[in-house]
Amino acid sequence: MHDHAAEASLFKRRALFTFACVVILLGILLTNLYHLQILSYTDYETRSNDNRIRVVPVAPSRGLIFDRHGKLLAENQPFFSLELIPEKVKDVPAVLAELSTLIPLSADEQEDFQKSLKYHRRFKPLTLKNRLSESEVALFSVNRHRFPGISVVAGLKRHYPYNGMMTHALGYVGRINDRDRAALQRNDLWKNYAATKDIGKQGIEKFYENLLHGQPGHLEEEVNNRGRTIRTLKSVPPVPGQDIYLTLDLKLQEKAVELLNGRRGSVVAIDPRDGGILAMVSSPTYDPNLFVHGISSKAYNELLNSRSRPLINRATQGQYAPASTVKPHLALLGLEEKTITAKTRVWDPGFWQIPGVERKYRDWKRWGHGWVDVNSALIGSCDTYFYELAYKTGVDKIANFMQPFGFGERTGIDIFEESAGIMPSKDWKRMRYNQPWYIGDTISVGIGQGYWTTTPIQLANAAAIMANKGKRFVPHLLKSIKDSTAKINSPVDEMAPIELKNPKNWEIINNAMRDTAHKKRFKDATYSAAMKTGTAQVISVAADAKYDADTIDEHLRDNALVIAYAPFENPKIVLAVVLENAGWGGANAGPVARALLDEYMLRDSWESIQ
Amino acid sequence: MSTQNHRLNIWQRLHIDLPLLFGILALMGFGLFVIYSAGGEDLALMERQLVRMGLSLVIMFIVAQINPEVLRRWAFPIYLAGIVLLLGVHFFGEINKGAQRWLNLGFMEFQPSELIKLAFPITMAWYISKFPLPPKKRYLAGAGVLLLIPTLLIAKQPDLGTSILVAASGIFVLFLSGMSWAIVGTFIGGVLAMLPVLWFFLMHDYQRTRVLTLLDPEKDPLGAGYHIIQSKIAIGSGGMWGKGWLDGTQSQLEFLPERHTDFIFAVIGEEFGLIGSLLLLAIYLYVIGRGLVIASRAQTSFARLLAGSITLTFFVYIFVNIGMVSGLLPVVGVPLPLISYGGTSMLTLMTGFGILMSIHTHRRFIDR
Repeated sequence: MHDHAAEASLFKRRALFTFACVVILLGILLTNLYHLQILSYTDYETRSNDNRIRVVPVAPSRGLIFDRHGKLLAENQPFFSLELIPEKVKDVPAVLAELSTLIPLSADEQEDFQKSLKYHRRFKPLTLKNRLSESEVALFSVNRHRFPGISVVAGLKRHYPYNGMMTHALGYVGRINDRDRAALQRNDLWKNYAATKDIGKQGIEKFYENLLHGQPGHLEEEVNNRGRTIRTLKSVPPVPGQDIYLTLDLKLQEKAVELLNGRRGSVVAIDPRDGGILAMVSSPTYDPNLFVHGISSKAYNELLNSRSRPLINRATQGQYAPASTVKPHLALLGLEEKTITAKTRVWDPGFWQIPGVERKYRDWKRWGHGWVDVNSALIGSCDTYFYELAYKTGVDKIANFMQPFGFGERTGIDIFEESAGIMPSKDWKRMRYNQPWYIGDTISVGIGQGYWTTTPIQLANAAAIMANKGKRFVPHLLKSIKDSTAKINSPVDEMAPIELKNPKNWEIINNAMRDTAHKKRFKDATYSAAMKTGTAQVISVAADAKYDADTIDEHLRDNALVIAYAPFENPKIVLAVVLENAGWGGANAGPVARALLDEYMLRDSWESIQ
Repeated sequence: MSTQNHRLNIWQRLHIDLPLLFGILALMGFGLFVIYSAGGEDLALMERQLVRMGLSLVIMFIVAQINPEVLRRWAFPIYLAGIVLLLGVHFFGEINKGAQRWLNLGFMEFQPSELIKLAFPITMAWYISKFPLPPKKRYLAGAGVLLLIPTLLIAKQPDLGTSILVAASGIFVLFLSGMSWAIVGTFIGGVLAMLPVLWFFLMHDYQRTRVLTLLDPEKDPLGAGYHIIQSKIAIGSGGMWGKGWLDGTQSQLEFLPERHTDFIFAVIGEEFGLIGSLLLLAIYLYVIGRGLVIASRAQTSFARLLAGSITLTFFVYIFVNIGMVSGLLPVVGVPLPLISYGGTSMLTLMTGFGILMSIHTHRRFIDR
């Protein structure tokens, strides 16, 4: 039956065969392992690291902003918030209820929190309450043993200690929104903002965002499959933003704000020696700190819809007829063009007529100035003299001459909120209104009215060029940048000076401005100054009507303007003041200019400050 | 000649085959080492695994004392009992993870398929060795019936892994018995022809998904493909020398699923690299080689076929598990033998090794 030997040898052959198969199959497994572990090693190693390493960006702290003397204008303030780690708190509602006995938590807040809890990772801290007061922090710290899983976390938020005092210059930071992100992405800067929450929205904060922001750092963390951090592998600290010093003089700014006292208007003060802006006030103002923490839509709408337009930077965006404040420049043009000489005399009967035309252009002085030359015409701000001058010169020559003084163009100040104003010309009117230029238009331009509008910064800048006898700088707010060790002065942007055919003409005009100042407003001043006032009509008054400030709507009253500088011989400060609907320039803007120059010129430690 | 003349050493008296025991202990030691790491240094887990190892060594020792003749006599009744229990599972079984595998006996839960895993090769060896070898064709029909009943019952549970192991153990018996190559060829052809039937009519959706996932795991990296992708990343990132014991990031940071059970080989690949994998495969090859040597030296056809089948089934575990973990085969629930955490398969495997030792140490040393 059974052939045992044959069966045994048959089995041995088959066993040997299967063993060979086993070896071959193990060989296949090994080949596959060789492929995975040797040939594709780099690929799989990378994928393994991608699995476990998470890069967490760390936001840099924002650079600080100082005034020219090192007074802190924008700082980073620690703020405290309460955070809860969901997995460490068993009964959230009960804990919240207990917590609310220490720190007020409204029912809404508690409900909102529990809602957001649902969409949150269990081990990641979730903000429970923002902006804790110091006493709340203290109260919680004492009781923290009662609340495992809840902790106080510190962060940094921008804070402007002087609130609204220089909002329009400094601007503010706010939450990065979609538009900010799109702009950053366009400039390939978005990667630097991975951990940053706020960005400069206005003013200096926006213009110098790149300096102030700094470079982010990062942490390399090892995480498990649920994203929990196991340990930190590597830490690259962020590079903080650079501190910057502005040309602003806090005390002067403070004084200007005090003098405006909430009235609608603007003050710009420039150091004519380098174009540095000493003060820049737009009034009324608002508190930039509101925007840092996210302004409520109600508060924002109030600002937006307020008739006094606090959001607008009047210093750079307010466009006003310059009125008589540009008479010095017009007179200079007359002298240069030899339309007039220093001795030319004009009879002012109280009005002026275009030859052969009936219509009378009235002087502000109904009974006239009598005989005036260029000096007395500037001191008395004689309109008739300038009607005739403008008539003889023509608007295009005026526009060409005024352009290098910065009229009708942005000054290039280092904030983005700036308007160009209007320096009218024949071409301009044709382009803008598709209408021909009329002689009457020129006559209005002759007294800084009509189509001519300027911003306060333009006025101050043009006055500075006058005081400088043609030397020109781009007005700016940035004074220096603090490097790790030293303050580096930012380069002053000097433009080609205005060269007159006859440089003596500078003296004639500036002397007239000095005489204007010392005749009345600066009569008792212990320093020398120069000035020119202006009163700009907001509405045109019919030829024979009488302008009566008391019977007219406040918004239709005249704007009061003044430009001034001191000291006369060697100017250190140039001012432009505009007060909306305040009435006479000399009477209303004049005292502001005087008080500001006093403040600046009469400082005890003036020299030591310099 | 008689057995009395033959000197037996202490191990032979205890019915222990030292070379095989050495291989088994090496694997268990390796396993403990890896489970400590894969289980997150959980000592309680280690303790449970140690208890299981001890228990299965005791079972192996007890089984080794049983004369193969006894097994031969009881094989068919045990097989029948196993079939009855499988039917019991089919009608009364507990559903666990979507599969009906467990029979609740009141005091313990029991997987009848594990019993069949043991009883079936014995039955097959008993059946085939009744006839002169190589078996005549007419006997194969009976073998086919014996094979199909448990295989289909288990596949229906569904437990594809176990049904493959059971079918393989029977097929190995037939092959080793010297079945003609013509039949072997026909059989392989038949299986290939059956594949479409299997795909369209017999496989569950989840099983089809597993096969599709194998072909393109990146198609659904967080769903069906996740296991395979993470496992391949673990193995591949181990490189030549591995990341070191307890330092495998894929396993320690829990990216790797089932890392101390079915996917434990990925931990070995990650922490010990190609060298570690090679070492493990070498030990396995050694155990298989020893098993086949024992089979070849056995004195009856029944013992030879049984020993050969047990040994080769052991290899099927290895191949299916490593093939699955390294992305060559679809995901099938087969543990890495003697390494994976878990008791059932270890008890079954060690019983098998007990049978091997019994076969080797109950020889009567007679010349035929």
